[in-house]
Amino acid sequence: MLNNALDFIPEIPLSDAAKGVTDFITDKFSFLFNPIKEHFGNFMEFMSEDVLMNIPPVIFIIAVAILAFFISGKKFGLAVFSIVGLWLIYNQGHWDNLMNTVTLVLLASILSVIIGVPIGILMSKSKAANAILTPVLDFMQTMPAFVYLIPAVAFFGIGMVPGVFASLIFATPPTVRFTNLGIRQVSRDLVEAADAFGSTGAQKLFKVELPMAKATIMAGINQTVMLALSMVVIASMIGAPGLGREVLSSLQRAQVGPGFVAGIGIVILAIIIDRITQNMNKKKD
Amino acid sequence: MPIIEAKNLSKVFGKNKKQALKLLDKGLTKEEILKETGSTVGVNRASFSVEAGEIFVIMGLSGSGKSTLVRLLNRLIEPTEGNIFIDGEDLSKMDKNSLRQIRREKLSMVFQQFALFPHRTILKNAEYGLEIQNAPKEEREERAKKALELVGLGDYIHQKPSQLSGGMQQRVGLARALANDPKVLLMDEAFSALDPLIRKEMQDELIDLQSTMKKTIIFITHDLDEALRLGDRIALMKDGVIVQIGTPEEILVNPANDYVEKFVEDVDISKILTAQHIMKRPETVNIEKHGPRVALERMREEGISSILVIDSKRNLKGYVTAEDASEARKNEIKDLTEIVRTDIPKVNRDTAMQDIFNIIYDSTTPVAVMKDEKLEGIIVRGAVIAALASDSEVNLNAE
Repeated sequence: MLNNALDFIPEIPLSDAAKGVTDFITDKFSFLFNPIKEHFGNFMEFMSEDVLMNIPPVIFIIAVAILAFFISGKKFGLAVFSIVGLWLIYNQGHWDNLMNTVTLVLLASILSVIIGVPIGILMSKSKAANAILTPVLDFMQTMPAFVYLIPAVAFFGIGMVPGVFASLIFATPPTVRFTNLGIRQVSRDLVEAADAFGSTGAQKLFKVELPMAKATIMAGINQTVMLALSMVVIASMIGAPGLGREVLSSLQRAQVGPGFVAGIGIVILAIIIDRITQNMNKKKD
Repeated sequence: MPIIEAKNLSKVFGKNKKQALKLLDKGLTKEEILKETGSTVGVNRASFSVEAGEIFVIMGLSGSGKSTLVRLLNRLIEPTEGNIFIDGEDLSKMDKNSLRQIRREKLSMVFQQFALFPHRTILKNAEYGLEIQNAPKEEREERAKKALELVGLGDYIHQKPSQLSGGMQQRVGLARALANDPKVLLMDEAFSALDPLIRKEMQDELIDLQSTMKKTIIFITHDLDEALRLGDRIALMKDGVIVQIGTPEEILVNPANDYVEKFVEDVDISKILTAQHIMKRPETVNIEKHGPRVALERMREEGISSILVIDSKRNLKGYVTAEDASEARKNEIKDLTEIVRTDIPKVNRDTAMQDIFNIIYDSTTPVAVMKDEKLEGIIVRGAVIAALASDSEVNLNAE
């Protein structure tokens, strides 16, 4: 009796439903996905292969070092680290992979911010939006990132574009959450003052709330960039080129050496990006 | 016509607003309504009107609803019931755009914790109200600078608020409110966050500013001394109800109920009473008509040893002593000008009693009370002491 107490209905076809939804979207929105896949894919290829890879590595390294120097408040630490780190990646023959990875991370991050900040603002202004989107964000962040690869492939095939799509879903929530939090944390006094002087909603947002929330939003963007970077290995499973693919292929062939080298490359890139975005935040305080 | 008028303004926080209002009609107290409906009464049927150029102080302890009331006036908090008239227009019925326009042009607010925008410079803070009205850059800079100079911060315009002391920050808050050139200033505990010395300085400055600007000011405070110093009229609040409205003297002398009485019993009376309250009608002789003989006769009649000398226009010329007068009579001097002494201390009729203490302590003669150079009365030592001992003998209705 107790053995089948829970079998009051047959298995719910959840997996079929998910597949059905994905198929439906793939089918109905192909008019949208196909041009994205094509144009965006071409654009990314152009970015990495025709722009970034055409910049002589020495110029690229110097440019990053100069940026690092000024953004960290004219300190040499990060600049020196950037020079040594990037040179090491070059030295190991991973320059082109690095450029692919940078393209992937940059585009995923930029798109995340473009999408995430307005959604965060919406959530901070609307109780309903907040109530609806909060569980959605939880879902996006807790669902294992690998799972996003499946619909990504269905929508966009393989390559960089589905990689960016998967990264986007995984990396956007921190920007949304921190934007929402940052605006909600703006002191009630200041919001009241803005209202008392007769600000419109937009004036209040752009002149008071966003400037006050900037530090918090930047912390969210930093998190987003880091998450996007953490997706590069996973995205390589669906054919995204770059350092991640080297790590993956080393894993598949159990090659400790090359895996370590590519992994170190990702670590170096992560540190440079993290410190630069963090310092952008500090500088404004 | 009053510039701002509140009629039966009420605010209920919580869900059962309608029910709470009904219970208020039945005369239930704030606590009873909270128990019954779970709603909190913030302001209960507040009515008052403020004339142009007046400083109207709303005073009460924390939780009395005074900060809520001031926010009802510019609808930072939406009234549950009642009307607000500004220049005869009903603010409570306005749509968002008209309300915004009123806030931009007629009502400015100064906040307890200053509420300056930390990411903007002092100048940019003062410009804010004009900036959101899209005033041209030159104009708003000029007006903001003028407002900042008015409050004595002309040299700090490129600093950030965090670089300024509390008192200076609140000057910025005041300048920001003044830059709009509003008709009404709402000041919500504007000086409460400042230390006592700075606070007094700011109060004095506000009074000075007010004498030139003639704004209408609604000033919220929990400090009775501050209310008495600043207010032309004071409204006392308790549990969301205005329990008494009146001039400082009316409130001190005729407290409407026990609550007001309790509130005012600790007041230092010497700060409130001024020369006009304790002066007496002066005994005088006219320098143009009278000689030493008349002066002596009057002094004998009144039993005093000196008498004030005035001319026909009541300008004070000085005083003569009985000694000098009898000497003059012996020497057949007919004219008082030869024996009049001029070293008599003078105070204005508005001088506070605490400031008269020192003058009268050092003086051998009574103190003359003046109004626009004319003699109005005298104060003798006994009157000061009597006034301190008991306020019943003081003529508080003097005008």
